[in-house]
Amino acid sequence: MSQTMVNLYIFVLSCFVGYHVIWGVTPALHTPLMAVTNAISGIVIVGAILVAGAQDNSAAIFFNITTMQLIGFVAIFLASINIFGGFVVTNRILAMFKKRK
Amino acid sequence: MGNTVAQLNPDLVGMAYLIATLFFIYGLKGLSSPKTALLGNASAMTGMGLAFAITLAFPSVGNYGLIFAAIASGAVIGIVIARKIKMTAMPQLVACLHSFVGITALLVALGTFLLDQLNNTVVPLITMIELTIGSFVGAITFAGSIIAFGKLQGILSSKPLIFKHQHFLNLVLTVAIIVLGIEFLMHHNATTLVIIDVIALILGFLLVVPIGGADMPVVISMHNSYSGWAAAATGFVLNNQLLITTGALVGSSGAILSYIMCHAMNRELYKVMSGGVGLHAVDLEAMERESTQAIKAAAVEDVAFLLENASSVIIVPGYGMAVAQAHHAIKELYDVLTEKGVSVKFAIHPVAGRMPGHMNVLLAESDIPYDVVFTMDEINKDFAAVDVAFVIGANDVVNPAAKNVQSSPIYGMPILEVYKAKQVLVSKRSMKPGYSGIDNALFEAVNCSLVFGDAKHTCEMIVKAIRGAA
Repeated sequence: MSQTMVNLYIFVLSCFVGYHVIWGVTPALHTPLMAVTNAISGIVIVGAILVAGAQDNSAAIFFNITTMQLIGFVAIFLASINIFGGFVVTNRILAMFKKRK
Repeated sequence: MGNTVAQLNPDLVGMAYLIATLFFIYGLKGLSSPKTALLGNASAMTGMGLAFAITLAFPSVGNYGLIFAAIASGAVIGIVIARKIKMTAMPQLVACLHSFVGITALLVALGTFLLDQLNNTVVPLITMIELTIGSFVGAITFAGSIIAFGKLQGILSSKPLIFKHQHFLNLVLTVAIIVLGIEFLMHHNATTLVIIDVIALILGFLLVVPIGGADMPVVISMHNSYSGWAAAATGFVLNNQLLITTGALVGSSGAILSYIMCHAMNRELYKVMSGGVGLHAVDLEAMERESTQAIKAAAVEDVAFLLENASSVIIVPGYGMAVAQAHHAIKELYDVLTEKGVSVKFAIHPVAGRMPGHMNVLLAESDIPYDVVFTMDEINKDFAAVDVAFVIGANDVVNPAAKNVQSSPIYGMPILEVYKAKQVLVSKRSMKPGYSGIDNALFEAVNCSLVFGDAKHTCEMIVKAIRGAA
């Protein structure tokens, strides 16, 4: 089985896990659900780090930054806003949900 | 790509990614109840921390100065926004964050391709396909979310922008992308990839432009889903399993939310995806005119009297509550009625507001306990027995035409059955019809009275009247 096929297995099974977990989420928390999924989809930062951190011998476009590093920098920057912003705002929302005294 | 993990034990990386995935799953599972949700969020954060740590430890990763500068600046901005943002502006924030995931996925796909070209790596066909799909989904997500953000923020008109041959144009662009995609797979030309992405951006814009404000819950959920698929596609490109699992979780989450929203609006998902949401349901001219319905207007004092002498009240908030920022005033109303021994509950329609769960967050912000807030399915049976149903800034979601007028554009949409209550009170700004542009027969019903004015002001006046009388 090729690596792509293995990845496809992982993907499909993860979709099923997601399907069952998400149906269990209470509708009252659908906004924090979106906020936290926002945060964790910031996981693309992993790819951004690999791009920015790669050994790259191409010519610098300004100072000593190459095109690749610039692309990687912007990607990491945006994904970080997602991750930190997403988790913090989720925390803020969830802290507001209180039971009757 | 594959060689990045070569010197770090691949099983160690795999194990770390598996644990991070479990932390994420637990994070989502925590949201099944407000009691466990905060712990869940902490769990998801732990997973993210682990993912950061292991990725930074890859031997192929250098340029730490650059990386940490990017993370730190993003973190500062993200945290500041998250702390300052008003809860009424959450839909905009979420749309904005979706666009970031989209553009990041696009950049990573482009960057990875350029990197492979620089290193003269022979890229297998399957990776090229994944790369094309990854950048395409990223571009669609980015462009669509930006438009959604603009509409929600009020930078763009929230009215649907409809022009002729819209669907034909979308079709032409899609065909162009497919043709160029094949060309790219054959010749590996970076310019072709860039052109594909530019067309995908245009397509992303066009798909959301015709969608109006009240359909935003569907659009936001859909982009939530797309952002997940974009992350998963990036995972396939990089052969990174953590991105695949996480992307799949987020993607299915958004897909389920889209399904719930479509169901609650009686829309078909494929129509939403092809950019045709509500095209037939929205009568633009009808939205502008004042209705000529025969209605009864009530004074604030009458409303106050009815509310304080009821034994049970159900409050139905809608988008109008968010617009008027009336939720704190409603909390006061809740307090004063509860003090008088009135049982007060809240009923939330799934598509009330501009995003899933929007109303719940606003009510929670104003300190209304979550255990008096109910979903449509939970509370519909209670309306028949309730003394007063008080509708604040909602219209279509309480329109009985959805149940009994087959020719109505909203026929078939599930509604909150407020018309069954002994007395219905509606706080409204004007007699303009709701989003669907149709009259609401509820307003003419014998048991219904309307109180006109800004929802916040109305609620404050009611509270004053009740307090004054006591």
